[in-house]
Amino acid sequence: MNRLARGVTVGVGVALAVALVVALLELPAAAIHLPGTVAQHLAQSGVEHPVTAVLLNFRGWDTLLEVAVLLLALLTLLTLSGGQAAVAAVEADPLLQGLARKALPLIILMAGYLLWAGAHRPGGAFQAGAVLAAGAVLLQLAGLLPAWAAPGRLLRLGLTLGFLVFLAVAAALLGQGALLQYPPASAGGLILLIEAGLTLSLGLILAGLFLFVTGRRA
Amino acid sequence: MTEAWLDPAAWLIVLPLLWAGLAFLAGPGRGARLAIVALALQLALALKLAADLTATGARVHAVGGWGAPLGIDLMIDGLSTVLLLLTQVVAVALAVYAQGYFADAHHRREATWFWPLAGFLLAAMNALFLSADLFNLYVTLELLGLAAVGLVAVGGGTAQLAAAMRYLLVSLTASGAYLLGVALVYGAYGTVSIATLGPLVAAQLPLAVWLAAGLMLVGLMAKTALFPFHFWLPPAHGSAPAPVSALLSALVVKASFYLVLRLWLGPFASLGSTAAGLAGALGAAAILWGSWQALRAQRLKQLVAWSTVAQLGYLFLIFPLLTADGLALQAGVLQTVAHGLAKAALFAAAGVLMLATGRDTVEGLAGVAGRVPLTLFAFGLAGITIMGLPPSAGFLAKWLLIDAALESGQWGWILVIIAGGLLAAGYIFRVLRQAFLLAPEESRFHPVPRRLEWMAFVLAAASVLLGLRGAELVALLGITP
Amino acid sequence: MSTGLLYALAGVVLFALGAAGVIVLAHLLRKILAFNVMGSGAFLVLVGLAQRTGVPDPVPQAMVLTGIVVAVAATALALGLARAWHARTGRGTLTEGEDRD
Repeated sequence: MNRLARGVTVGVGVALAVALVVALLELPAAAIHLPGTVAQHLAQSGVEHPVTAVLLNFRGWDTLLEVAVLLLALLTLLTLSGGQAAVAAVEADPLLQGLARKALPLIILMAGYLLWAGAHRPGGAFQAGAVLAAGAVLLQLAGLLPAWAAPGRLLRLGLTLGFLVFLAVAAALLGQGALLQYPPASAGGLILLIEAGLTLSLGLILAGLFLFVTGRRA
Repeated sequence: MTEAWLDPAAWLIVLPLLWAGLAFLAGPGRGARLAIVALALQLALALKLAADLTATGARVHAVGGWGAPLGIDLMIDGLSTVLLLLTQVVAVALAVYAQGYFADAHHRREATWFWPLAGFLLAAMNALFLSADLFNLYVTLELLGLAAVGLVAVGGGTAQLAAAMRYLLVSLTASGAYLLGVALVYGAYGTVSIATLGPLVAAQLPLAVWLAAGLMLVGLMAKTALFPFHFWLPPAHGSAPAPVSALLSALVVKASFYLVLRLWLGPFASLGSTAAGLAGALGAAAILWGSWQALRAQRLKQLVAWSTVAQLGYLFLIFPLLTADGLALQAGVLQTVAHGLAKAALFAAAGVLMLATGRDTVEGLAGVAGRVPLTLFAFGLAGITIMGLPPSAGFLAKWLLIDAALESGQWGWILVIIAGGLLAAGYIFRVLRQAFLLAPEESRFHPVPRRLEWMAFVLAAASVLLGLRGAELVALLGITP
Repeated sequence: MSTGLLYALAGVVLFALGAAGVIVLAHLLRKILAFNVMGSGAFLVLVGLAQRTGVPDPVPQAMVLTGIVVAVAATALALGLARAWHARTGRGTLTEGEDRD
């Protein structure tokens, strides 16, 4: 990129920032106030935490598509790696290996806790899945878990299970009148089912984003 | 009215998500037959949706049963239904085409994860056409963008990697701009539901919303490859495998254009007039520059890709001409449909020509007319739509556009429309002329499965014959809430 | 000035910084990092601006959680592409002659 184009880009960026700052400072209050509406319907949502209620119930449609986005990113990475054989794990120092072994049960416990906590306080499937994935990455870095090659049938099932369960629930509830229209009585149970599936699959997908790619060029 | 659990709008999104997931589960290279059956079903669903729409009018499907602004609404009206119909028609033809294309030994590797990627791409498009929520639209845009990048990369070559990377960077930056716009809109009004926003924006328009509209529209124009953001399109569409190029050029760029149109006609209607002239000017520049590059292109698929840059320009000519009589809007939507069908046919035909000659150059086409005459006929038919000759749908679109320009007294645009048609004739006949030359002695032709030729022909014929049924499309389009 | 508004102001500056970075910087890794700065800026605006009156709003908080996951997916995909590109060509940039960055 030449000097002039660089200068123009930076100039536009500065002008945009200044205009946005001015705009934000003079912005009047919003006409609609959703927190009140959320609080009002929280009792029918099946969970007690408002963010989880928005994420899995009021705007659960966003979340379903977002799981599809993650699966898609993984698919594209698989396309790029073209199914090369996994490279043997690198040798790591025994201290790290020992620590990783000790940490593993705690990581699983932590993920379980986050999944359970999501119903009434910050937490949920995404946080739990991320912790599980971090555990898998730690094991790989410690040399205890080899990188993954092209996924076998069982792994593919694990990767898609959470998504397919979520989709099946969304479609099954069509009978209630609309996609994802939980009956208030069973909303809590269905959301827990979805979150449990997602914890497993998101853990595997997030781990896969690292494990399918790593080590190829070692 | 259909029973709730059979709502075709819901199944048009659930079904492709389902077969995408199942195709991944089935394993590498699998899923073609499942996809074709599911897509035929989707086409039936889209037809049912159109029939219901004509019978009972526009409606809302409130996901979760909450309704906007707390929940997310899906909106079924004429505009969304027309685009859903186009998408399912093109997709089912291209799926049959792709099954044959990837059966070829040279292309089998590209099909490893083609089917699940295509499923997610189509689910994202259907979800985008139906969504009436600005943030939900952001998620569908990202799903669409990443699926498109993934499909560009399935070829696995160096050129594909570079094209995919460039495409990804543009796509992500553009959705980032769109997301900041959504954040500003939520901050200003406290909702992201398009229907709820309408009256709020009309009543009060702070500077933040002007900036939001600018960021969102510029982002979407970059995703639509409007000149001067077109630079990523020719390498991405020109280097991908033929079925992928066809999907991207015929459908994916139309999704972001549809969203520009939605916002322009909906919540941002009161700001439209300021930027309309600029959008039209960029469209005109796209027509001239894209056609010129297509005339000079050495590679066949590059030529077709540059033609997409030019044809997308027509879509933006409608903005300075939008008036209450709706002529320009009809022209824009007809052009979207006509180009979708014709460009899918051109890329499908280009794929056959490449398989037959073993190379991707315009020069290498000499003598191909005698070998795959049906494909060449399809190329010519689709060319009629691209050039805008009667009775094709492309002609109808351009005719309506000229009509709209005459009525508003803006003569300048007519010159651009006519010049674009002449230039298009130039690059289409360049290919046809080369194909009818005698083959050099040493050239060898490979046999091509017949179904590839037939699918190219069906799409091309549809793009021409649609011109005879334009009135029905316009009637469907007229159904608004 | 409320804390929420302060977050939003920081957000727009980060967004502009990141957006300029994606365009100006040549190295793919820097571009990807700049994209993340840009995205984080948009998230700050989404959460901060909605809460500028001091009342927490769960709706944009949930949206940002969705946005973060999408950004993770996009970043992973971008890094995978950049890695494959580097493995194939040995270069860290798309355009030749800009590798010094």
